[in-house]
Amino acid sequence: MAGLELLSDQGYRVDGRRAGELRKIQARMGVFAQADGSAYIEQGNTKALAVVYGPHEIRGSRARALPDRALVNCQYSSATFSTGERKRRPHGDRKSCEMGLQLRQTFEAAILTQLHPRSQIDIYVQVLQADGGTYAACVNAATLAVLDAGIPMRDFVCACSAGFVDNTALADLSHVEEAAGGPQLALALLPASGQIALLEMDARLHEDHLEQVLEAAARAARDVHTLLDRVVRQHVREASILLGD
Amino acid sequence: MKETPLSNCERRFLLRAIEEKKRLDGRQTYDYRNIKISFGTDYGCCVVELGKTRVLGQVSCELVSPKLNRATEGILFFNLELSQMAAPAFEPGRQSDLLVKLNRLLERCLRNSKCIDTESLCVVAGEKVWQIRVDLHLLNHDGNIIDAASIAAIVALCHFRRPDVSVQGDEVTLYTPEERDPVPLSIHHLPICVSFAFFQQGTYLLVDPNEREERVMDGLLVIAMNKHREICTIQSSGGIMLLKDQVLRCSKIAGVKVLEITELIQKALENDQKVRKEGGKFGFAESIASQRITAFKMEKAPIDTSDVEEKAEEIIAEAEPPSEVVSNPVLWTPGTAQIGEGLENSWGDLEDSAKEEEDVDGTDGAVILGSTKMDTGVEVSNIGSQDAPIVLSDSEEEEMIILEPDKNPKKIRTQTISAKQEKAPSKKPVKKRKKKRAAN
Repeated sequence: MAGLELLSDQGYRVDGRRAGELRKIQARMGVFAQADGSAYIEQGNTKALAVVYGPHEIRGSRARALPDRALVNCQYSSATFSTGERKRRPHGDRKSCEMGLQLRQTFEAAILTQLHPRSQIDIYVQVLQADGGTYAACVNAATLAVLDAGIPMRDFVCACSAGFVDNTALADLSHVEEAAGGPQLALALLPASGQIALLEMDARLHEDHLEQVLEAAARAARDVHTLLDRVVRQHVREASILLGD
Repeated sequence: MKETPLSNCERRFLLRAIEEKKRLDGRQTYDYRNIKISFGTDYGCCVVELGKTRVLGQVSCELVSPKLNRATEGILFFNLELSQMAAPAFEPGRQSDLLVKLNRLLERCLRNSKCIDTESLCVVAGEKVWQIRVDLHLLNHDGNIIDAASIAAIVALCHFRRPDVSVQGDEVTLYTPEERDPVPLSIHHLPICVSFAFFQQGTYLLVDPNEREERVMDGLLVIAMNKHREICTIQSSGGIMLLKDQVLRCSKIAGVKVLEITELIQKALENDQKVRKEGGKFGFAESIASQRITAFKMEKAPIDTSDVEEKAEEIIAEAEPPSEVVSNPVLWTPGTAQIGEGLENSWGDLEDSAKEEEDVDGTDGAVILGSTKMDTGVEVSNIGSQDAPIVLSDSEEEEMIILEPDKNPKKIRTQTISAKQEKAPSKKPVKKRKKKRAAN
């Protein structure tokens, strides 16, 4: 958009944040009683719900069962009212399929699937409001939901998006910053070891700046980890109070 | 049809070879296969061969009304299809995951990187724009589809010429190729995908994996760059965990490779341009090399065989000498010979338990001296001289015919397997595995 500067001279972004600042994150675990695990996360205005069923018997063809590990099945759906213009197809289009595949890849690497051979773990993610950073919000919500379901994982999977404007790396892009057409990077990280579970980048970025952007995204993901960790501990504390421990 | 699974020994072999930095076709870890680009007779049609992986790209254009929220921009549409001739596993219903992944990667690489100027495709703002459609078909799958497809797409786009249009006030005139020369698209840069395959949880990495290597890899990292060293797309897939410095190292390697490939593309485009201008012959028929059977030559795989002799000598020296020496062939009649004596029949062990009639000799059933003997199937000579009917059938359960020895009975016992080898009559048939009757 002409006339909209993403980074002012004083270093403030469109919504008043600094370059490396994340949006406000609020999360809740155990939102649904029926599902094995569920979570809701709000990152700024991006709202995502994740629900986990499993591990349970393989639905559909038995032939898909893996003899030594569990099958992870992810589905991504974004509500028709989630974007500025009403979306025609909430799921089944190419973009949703790709998101589902990417989520599956991320969680297959993080969940200890060897502990549940011949079974299936379902992760369903729904985006209620998309204001930038939808992949990151989905991954964070799904991590909390998997933890709520009690499925063992190697580590938290924390994700964040990052961009590059005016020689500065921005963390946690909003929709306005994404639509401006600059480079955007989405990174899913296991914070303890620093291993990257998924790395995705669009639009042109010069190779020399790659390290800077990666570093910004990794730092932001670690900040997300601190927040999620706090949420999980709070949830467990509340649950144990109810149990009377 | 379902993909044939890779055998464990092949998998182990490939992984061991990769650990020793050796690839099956003799390439180094960072080497690409030979890239060959050929053009068709129409503008916008090309075939790219990356080793044996072959992709056909075709660009076409159409005047349509633009999208509502982008009234001044043309429309780009990419479609990659995995043809059934590429691999037996590509059936219409079965390919969805791979297809979605490849299509999305291509779309992101070519559309989001803005390599084509979409504003120049606008004819009348809000009413008529060009819709450019790139169709890619995979013709042969030998690994690394994404690299070949991205090269084919960008080459086809560079090669394409769209009809010229002129706008005068409200009138839009579309010229045919005969009236005015078609106009090339305005392309800012050439993004090219480079694939890196990771093995053993990220310890080893290979550039441009072929089909076998793809089957044993842990994960794939695709980096799309242009020759100005701008990264257009990064995508990691598969279950690998990467580290930041691995990604940075891969991006440096990708920069080098993309430069080489871009030079190749420019050269190919220039060659084709020259040939068309000079009025020479162009098109697929010219560029497909004629291969005659009598002139067939295999390409030499550049594998290092200098130390094979020493290794072979070592192995031979340490091995034990072979146990048996084959005896000279014994010639029974002209045209038939016997080498060796075969092994002893071990069916006698089965017969011991199920026997009703004891063998005449009372020895273990495997050996019956004297009267009966089963010959090898080699003796053909006896057939002609006998008068009793020859029983021939294909059933292996058939009753076997035992021949009278015409020489000293030896402890030769070999089994007649097929009916063809059953010999001449006048011998009493003996049921297999049941009783053994001593023939006279």
